[in-house]
Amino acid sequence: MSENNIVILGNGISGVTCARHIRKNDPNIPITIVSAETRHFFSRTALMYIYMGHMKYEHTKPYADDFWEKNDIKLLFGWVKAIDFSTQELNFEDGEVLGYKQLVLATGSKPNMFGWPGQDLNGVQGLYSYQDLLNMEKNTQDIQHAVLVGGGLIGVEMAEMLASRKIPVTFLVREKGFWDNILPKEEAALVGRHIREHHIDLKLDTELKEIIGDEKGQVKAVKTSNGEIINCQFVGLTAGVSPNIALFKNSDLNTNRGILVDDQFRTNLPNVYAIGDCAEFKKPPGKDRKNIEQVWYTGRMHGETLAHNLTREKKVGYTPGIWFNSAKFFDIEYQTYGHVPPSWENPIRTFYWEGESGKVALRFLFDQEDRILGMNAFGWRMRHEFFDRAIKEGWKADRVIGQLDKANFNPEFHKKFYKQLLDKYNGENSTSIPLPRRSFIQKLMGSRS
Amino acid sequence: MKLLQNLGLVLFIIGLLVFTGIPFSGSYQLDRKMVLDHTKEMHQDAMVEVLEPMYENTYASNFSFIKDFNDLFNAYNEGLKEEQAWDKVIWDDYAFPLTKAASNGPVEDAPLLFLALSIGLAVMGGLLYAIPLYRNKPAGIKHDGIYFSSMKARGWLGIITGTYLIVFYIILYWYPEYLTNLVIMVDPLSILLSGGPASQWFLYGLIYTLAILVMGVRMFRKYKGNNYQTIRTASVMFFQLAFAFLIPEILVLFNMPWHDFKNIWPLDYSFFYEYRIEGMVSSGALGMFMLIWGIILIVIGVPAFTYFYGKRWYCSWVCGCGGLAETVGDPYRQLSDKSLKAWQVERYLVHGVLVLAVVMTAVTITNYFMEFGLLEQATNQFHSLYGFAIGSAFAGVIGTGFYPFMGNRVWCRFGCPLAAYLGLVQRFKSRFRITTNGGQCISCGNCSTYCEMGIDVRWYAQRGQNIVRSSCVGCGVCSAVCPRGVLKLENGQEAGRINDMPIIIGNESIKVKS
Ligand SMILES: Cc1cc2nc3c(=O)[nH]c(=O)nc-3n(C[C@H](O)[C@H](O)[C@H](O)COP(=O)(O)OP(=O)(O)OC[C@H]3O[C@@H](n4cnc5c(N)ncnc54)[C@H](O)[C@@H]3O)c2cc1C
Ligand code: SF4
Repeated sequence: MSENNIVILGNGISGVTCARHIRKNDPNIPITIVSAETRHFFSRTALMYIYMGHMKYEHTKPYADDFWEKNDIKLLFGWVKAIDFSTQELNFEDGEVLGYKQLVLATGSKPNMFGWPGQDLNGVQGLYSYQDLLNMEKNTQDIQHAVLVGGGLIGVEMAEMLASRKIPVTFLVREKGFWDNILPKEEAALVGRHIREHHIDLKLDTELKEIIGDEKGQVKAVKTSNGEIINCQFVGLTAGVSPNIALFKNSDLNTNRGILVDDQFRTNLPNVYAIGDCAEFKKPPGKDRKNIEQVWYTGRMHGETLAHNLTREKKVGYTPGIWFNSAKFFDIEYQTYGHVPPSWENPIRTFYWEGESGKVALRFLFDQEDRILGMNAFGWRMRHEFFDRAIKEGWKADRVIGQLDKANFNPEFHKKFYKQLLDKYNGENSTSIPLPRRSFIQKLMGSRS
Repeated sequence: MKLLQNLGLVLFIIGLLVFTGIPFSGSYQLDRKMVLDHTKEMHQDAMVEVLEPMYENTYASNFSFIKDFNDLFNAYNEGLKEEQAWDKVIWDDYAFPLTKAASNGPVEDAPLLFLALSIGLAVMGGLLYAIPLYRNKPAGIKHDGIYFSSMKARGWLGIITGTYLIVFYIILYWYPEYLTNLVIMVDPLSILLSGGPASQWFLYGLIYTLAILVMGVRMFRKYKGNNYQTIRTASVMFFQLAFAFLIPEILVLFNMPWHDFKNIWPLDYSFFYEYRIEGMVSSGALGMFMLIWGIILIVIGVPAFTYFYGKRWYCSWVCGCGGLAETVGDPYRQLSDKSLKAWQVERYLVHGVLVLAVVMTAVTITNYFMEFGLLEQATNQFHSLYGFAIGSAFAGVIGTGFYPFMGNRVWCRFGCPLAAYLGLVQRFKSRFRITTNGGQCISCGNCSTYCEMGIDVRWYAQRGQNIVRSSCVGCGVCSAVCPRGVLKLENGQEAGRINDMPIIIGNESIKVKS
């Protein structure tokens, strides 16, 4: 191929964002996106809602089907079985060959399998791809009991999915608190309580020993580390994900856990880049950030940044701003801004408030100079802009707490918790931060400012 | 609980079946006196004579009665038309009052019993079903299984429901004489409220109000914990019951014109019709107040409230059509079309209807002041065309009958001229917007799917752009269903409300303009 062309392997959020932004910056360069999962980009984060009947597959597509043609982005549906980096060609399973000038690898993740005995039995699966969802649909028809292994975000989602079909679930979690490798103790307890409120049999501090099959190769039970046998017809393995790099294992591409890249997403090979879940930074992209970033938002930002570098003279290094993330545990929404590790030491200090319902909580961390480091919010929506700024500018604790009304992003007429929170804060810190007063006119206008 | 709910469903279905069966009951016998009582003086002689052949018959069903009536009546009119005796042709509709008068049978003998067995059972069943909903379940989004539901995802139950509604509306608007037994059934209630017998519109108003009330209770259960939804639902229930149903009937009791104080022109398209104006002007101080209040709402109320709160203050808090859509229609909100194409059609149609309503009203008013010169005919034709095509076919048959096919806001989105007017204010001069929360959107699509107005909310949310769309009725459901807390309906400063080139927070490498 003589002219310049960009091929993107993977039509997830990172690959698609990259393609969209390349097209924005350069109306002419040929772009091809390759994937064998679905013809069109869909939102992986919405997989659960298809199973639960909230949406159909087509609702999860962020762009209409004619968007791609309108933007002159070619979509190629096919499985790449090998890449020849020397001749710059992708080899497809069906024998097709596709040449590239520049290649963006955005192959995403795959569910972790830790070599558990029985993990290949029928009815045992992870949840990552659209195909996994179809399998789950098949595997959970007319079953009496399901077991989930591994307490992360996808685990809770699977629990919610199964619960929506009234399938009883036992949830095995190795840790002592739910997701407590990420969440501080109180938050982990809050989430654990809520999971149980939804009648999920949450077994903390319990590991999977073995998955037991019947003579037809179908799962019939699991055995736990306590020796307990739990009968089930479905096992969901949700012990995290890792970069999907099997394709590159015996190639010249440097990989570790993921595809190794520098801060401009360049791999060791010329004209080959990697973004999204499959990329591993040689150096973490920022303080308190990990080498592998496996969330939606980072995939998007990788794509945006690489698109810039592929189309502009002046290259930039990937510099993410303040960390943020969010999730939902059944009915409880969770947002986090900045850095909140599961535990901390002096001189870092915390302020934690939990509502009487036990379903709403805020956590703040402050450094030795009383500047905000990060916050967790449960059941209380917060304004991203507010905390992005407060954390970036290192606002002092009193200032942050005193202005929470401005950070509040709950719907209008939502139950107000601010006074309770202030009372607790003032009590603990011997401060007297007043509840901001709004005039009658301001209230009437429903204005936030 | 499940048992109670199932009992509720059974009662509802029995009520519905009785309701559907009532028009087929009884027998019909017409006599001279009835004709004299129910026809205008100028038509009395003719009608008594024309209907002569019917007097000795007892009809076993309304079908045969109405058929004979129509045959005789039409033959008479045809004859006159052939002779070009235009001034003698009878344009009035006597089928309804005469069928009603001629009806005999169980419903007439015991209207309250049948009211209890039909509407009463349906309401009770509905409440028995709705009140225990989600008991002992934590507050949260209750959308499990919607797309597996035959009722809510255009399955056969949805198709049957939609067809039933469409047929009901067609009969109500154009063949009300077939519903006379149902109207007789609600006569006592009407007499109690307004002192006079019921019309088909009283029947309709009653069902409409009860439907909003019962399904409003369902909304309370479904959105438990979401105060915006709860308060908004209480508001539409109140405005329907008090302003659209009770107050107008009570006004009639006091010899005032039937008037709904919250209905605003051009949704209330007949507001400037001659008979309405005369009715108001001739009804003393209260009548004058109706007229002035109506005009204040149009000229000051709509722009001012919409400036401060967006069009939601009306569409999803006050309006009767909105009230029905937000309660009875809620199970169908996900069926609205989100395509660009639909948006284009919407803009042409809804603004087209607005123009039509304005032109029609302008002609009406000019005609009024020109004292019925040449314009009279145009006005009348305009009125009957608008009433038929927009007032009945669009707002009623399509507006509600299509709930199970195209979602609950078909009329509000494609047809309502008031919504178009409110929308123009909302788009160009308002403090209302839906703010998107920085970079938190995961493009899941819940917001767009459950937008009853067919707005592709996600399109804006995923690029960090505030949603400022003329069609948004501010129901708040996108915000409720968003699993990541991305959307907030708010009123705020106008500065920064419209951000066409948003910057998504989170990436410091470059300034990302979506
Ligand atoms: C159930 C679930 C829920 C999630 N929820 C959240 C959430 O709420 N918030 C959040 O931030 N993150 C969430 N995530 C994580 C998030 O979805 C991922 O971080 C993100 O999708 C990664 O995007 P990506 O573009 O890197 O890769 P992917 O989306 O994985 O896309 C990679 C694509 O490449 C294709 N591909 C790979 N190899 C080949 C090949 N050889 N030939 C052809 N095609 C190939 C794959 O089939 C796939 O379609 C969730 C993940 C899952 C599974
Ligand atoms: S529901 Fe929320 S997260 Fe999902 S697409 Fe809409 S705004 Fe984004």
